[in-house]
Formats: sequence, C-alpha cells, structure tokens
Amino acid sequence: MSAHGAVPIEVRGLVKQYGQLRAVDGVDITINEGDVYGYLGPNGAGKTTSLRMMLGLITPTAGSVRLFGRNPIETVRALEGVAGFVEAPTFYPYLSGRKNLELMAAYDGGGAGGRIDEALETVELADRAKDRVGGYSHGMRQRLGIAGALLRQPKLLLLDEPATGLDPAGMRDMRLLIRRLADEGMTVVLSSHLLAEVEELCNRVAIVRSGRIVYEGLIAELKRSAGAVYRLATTDDERAIAICRAQPGISEVRIEHEHICFTADEPAVAELSQALVEAGALIHALAPQTVTLEDLFFSLTEGTAAVAPDGRLAGIAP
Amino acid sequence: MNPGVLTVYRWELRKLRYQKRTYLGLGAAVLVPILFVIATHFRHHGPDDVPFGSYVSRSGLAIPLIILLFGAVWMFPLITALVSGDIFASEDHNGTLKTILTRSLERWQIFAGKALTAATYGIVAIFISGTVAVIAGCLQSGFNPLQSLSGTTVSAPKALGLVYSSLFVYLIPILSIVCIGLLLSVVTRNSAAAVVGTLMFSLLIQLIGILPGLTGLQPYLLSTQFNAWQGLLRTPIDWAPIVRAAWVCALYGVPALIAACLVFLRRDVAGG
Repeated sequence: MSAHGAVPIEVRGLVKQYGQLRAVDGVDITINEGDVYGYLGPNGAGKTTSLRMMLGLITPTAGSVRLFGRNPIETVRALEGVAGFVEAPTFYPYLSGRKNLELMAAYDGGGAGGRIDEALETVELADRAKDRVGGYSHGMRQRLGIAGALLRQPKLLLLDEPATGLDPAGMRDMRLLIRRLADEGMTVVLSSHLLAEVEELCNRVAIVRSGRIVYEGLIAELKRSAGAVYRLATTDDERAIAICRAQPGISEVRIEHEHICFTADEPAVAELSQALVEAGALIHALAPQTVTLEDLFFSLTEGTAAVAPDGRLAGIAP
Repeated sequence: MNPGVLTVYRWELRKLRYQKRTYLGLGAAVLVPILFVIATHFRHHGPDDVPFGSYVSRSGLAIPLIILLFGAVWMFPLITALVSGDIFASEDHNGTLKTILTRSLERWQIFAGKALTAATYGIVAIFISGTVAVIAGCLQSGFNPLQSLSGTTVSAPKALGLVYSSLFVYLIPILSIVCIGLLLSVVTRNSAAAVVGTLMFSLLIQLIGILPGLTGLQPYLLSTQFNAWQGLLRTPIDWAPIVRAAWVCALYGVPALIAACLVFLRRDVAGG
C-alpha cells in the first residue's frame, strides 16, 4: 500500500467497446505495491487497450481505473508516480535523445530535468544522447523510453513489450534493468509475449483471452493449480495404465509421445511405484514434468483449460 | 516549477526550429516580396489593376500592401496552414501524443500551448513578410509618401505606421485560418490532409464570393476580411470593415477552435 493507503492499480469491471467489438470485457485487476505483474495474452486480447485505459489515454466504456486511488481519466495528476509506455516508446525523430528527454522533463516538472544524466547513464545511452532519435535503433529507442520513464521517479512502471525487437543481449539487459528496478521497490507491470521472461521476473500475472481475464494471481499458485504432471515408462505399459487408473490420487492418465502421463501428488506417486513393481510392470522411468508458464498460457488462451471454482486448473496439456 | 501552457508553448516553438516546414513557410514569406520587387524593377511598373499597384515605382511602402492583397489568395493561408494543420497531426504521425499525454500536463494545457504556437507562427510570417516587403520596396522605390485610397497624400513615416497597422488588421482573418487549420489537424490526424484542407477551405470561400447570385454573401465571407485593412488607408479611417472583420472572423474561428479543443480533450489515443 502507498502512503495514501491506495494500491498502485485497482481496475474494476473495465470495458472498452468499439462498435460490435468488445476489446476489453469486464477486467478486474488489483496490483499491490512491490508486485512485478505480468499482463499476458495473445495479440488482440486487449492488453494494450487496457494499459492505455490505465494511463488515461483511452476512456473506458464502463468500469473504473484507479492509480494510487486516483482516476487517470479525470486528471493527469493520477499519473503522479506513474510512468511507462504502451506499444513502442515514441519520440520526436528530429530532436536528439537528450532534447527528447529535456522535453519530457519539462512536461514533468518537479526537478525531472536534473535526472536526465542519471537516466541516460542507467540505460547506457549517454554517449549517443546528442544524436537525433531518427537515427536510433529500435533497441536504443526502447532504452530511451525507459530513461523517459525514470525521469518521473516512478513508484509504478508500466511497460508494454519492452523487449520486443531487441537482440538477445538487449533482451538480457532489459531484463536485468527491470529486475534491478523491481529490487529497488518499484511496482512493475509488464506486458510481454516473452513468457520465460515473465516467469523469471514476475510474481503475479493476469492472463487475458478475448478481452477477459482467464487467470489472475500468483504464478506459483497457477502452477500449483495445474497439479504435478508425471511421465512414466515401464516394461508393460498396458498393465501400468490399468494400475494407474485404479490407483487412488492418480488422475488424467493418458498416453503422450509414447509415454504414460498422469497428474498426482507425491504420496500417490510413491504408492503407485510400489503397486507397479508388485504387479510386475517394472519402471524404466518415472519423472515429474515441469509445467511452465508457457504451457499454462497456451492452455488458458488456446485450449479448453480453465480455472475451476476450487482453484484447480483443468485441461492442462504440458 | 510546475509545467503549464507556457512550457508547452516554449517547447513547441523550439520544435518548430528543428522542422523543415517552418523554414519552408518563413522562406516563402521572405522570398515572395523580394521576387515581387525584382519583377517590378524589371517591368518598371506594378500591377495597375489593384489598389496601390500604380504607386510601386513612387513609394516602396506600396509594396507590402500589394503583397497583402496578393498573399490573401493562397500564400498566407498556406503558410499559416503549414504549422496549424500540422501541429496536432504530426503528433499522430510520430506517435508522440501518448508520450506527452502521459507526463504531468492536462490535455487542455497541451492544446492551448500548441494553439498559441500555431498563432505565433502565422503572426511571425505576416510581420516578416511585411518587413521584408518594406525594406525591399524602399530600397527599390524609396521611403516616400504614399497616396491613400481616398487620394490624399500620406507622409512616409505615417504611411509606415499605417502599413504595420494594416499588418495587425490582416492578422484577424489569419487567426481564423489558424483555428480552421487546428480543427482539421485534430480531426484528420493527417498533416497533408489538414494543410491542403485548410487551403482548400480558403480557396472555396473565395470562389463562393464570385459565384453569380451570391454577391450578397461577400461581406460575410472570410476571404473578404483579408481586405479589411484597406479601411486604414482611407481618409478619414473607415473602421466599418475592420469591425466587421473582427466579428465575422470570430464566427469562423471561435467555433472551429472550440470544436478542435473538445475533440482533442475527448479523443481516445489508440494509435499515436
């Protein structure tokens, strides 16, 4: 919670309708101080539209956005302590990087101009600051976008695809920078297609599909809800399948890539291994499979998976 | 220091310094009077069919007045539209609206700063053009007394004062053109469409004035107000066209400005 007692972002029933298209459909999100929050979804899911509404660039058709308790549609003062960019950060191509930052600092006020050098150093653009932005590479513009955000000394940073178009080194640098900012206590909202990056950086996620949130919460909780999936190979798979299906605590038994797969918790697996040996189906391999955020993402956005009322995720196919 | 309208105004002026179109318009404002003086020098006389046309070889102070007459057709509306039609549309083109709207300025402050900048550019273009015309005209024909439209002779210093007063009166329709350019810039979100649209609007209004059966409309056309300054060059001064220009131009400009502001305040920034 902030000094004012309000959370960095509170979104309730957010809707954006364009004619017949409902781009954002009843989104509810609460982002707490210190969260590194992943906002995920396929293209056209409504992520950027939601972020634009959070920044006051688009007026919602219905619902509300509160940034530290204030409505960004009503007043730009709601953006105090908030910075970031949606889609690619944009600049005046005929001005230098430094001049662009000077303009942003002037529009920020409050001593932001004194932080330009520091921001340029942070994003390692100090040596190119006098060059016109028109000649910058995509990665340099992304970094200048971060510098522009840092001028505001934000408590909340919203970044939309910050690593898009960067080379591997640039992506690594961007990841390290976000990690560092988060470690310094900044609340970060990260919209990204790079699910491994989100998994590494974020503690909580919202996954959106067709404008609706299909999961919102801790990544660890999401993984837990998927249950532990195991892969099994034996000397007699037919008999092993029958034993698995009969064994308490074992569910979703199926064949995948010539292996038996099932969902179970650890005690049930121990009992299963004993039952298999006793039945003469000797074990070649029995190993837990790691469910990645990517598996969960695709299951939730493309498959039929859904979070059940009991919190368990049904229909996961890792 | 908290940012405000003046912050936007200063930065918009600074941005103009870095853009080619700024110099294209101002360059035309400088070059046209010079080229006109050169042309009259070789012809040894001016255009006889317009007010002050026959005086160009007798007084250099006639030159800026003739430039005002000819410039009303398309030159000054175009120069004005180069910035007023571009100032919002270029933000859409560069995608920079979201950059400036997510800082610490309210939308109305950004709108006001930009509108002031566009007006400033129009004003500067008129005064630069007028001053260049005065200098070039006086170099060619001398700083001599001028004959008013009533046939009286006006001393050179007084005529110079009347020339600059005329430039001020000329700003009334120019500011209306600025407002129309701003509206088209906000609505079309396309620089070329807004600049050409503003010029076309200006030309269409002039065409309406020459259509048979519509001559009764002439006093209320924007194009007619470009001639209001001629009231200053009569003895005694005829204020009627100047007063009419003030309210007629307000009827064109103020609704356009209000509409531009409302559209800008309410628009969704879904692209730039």
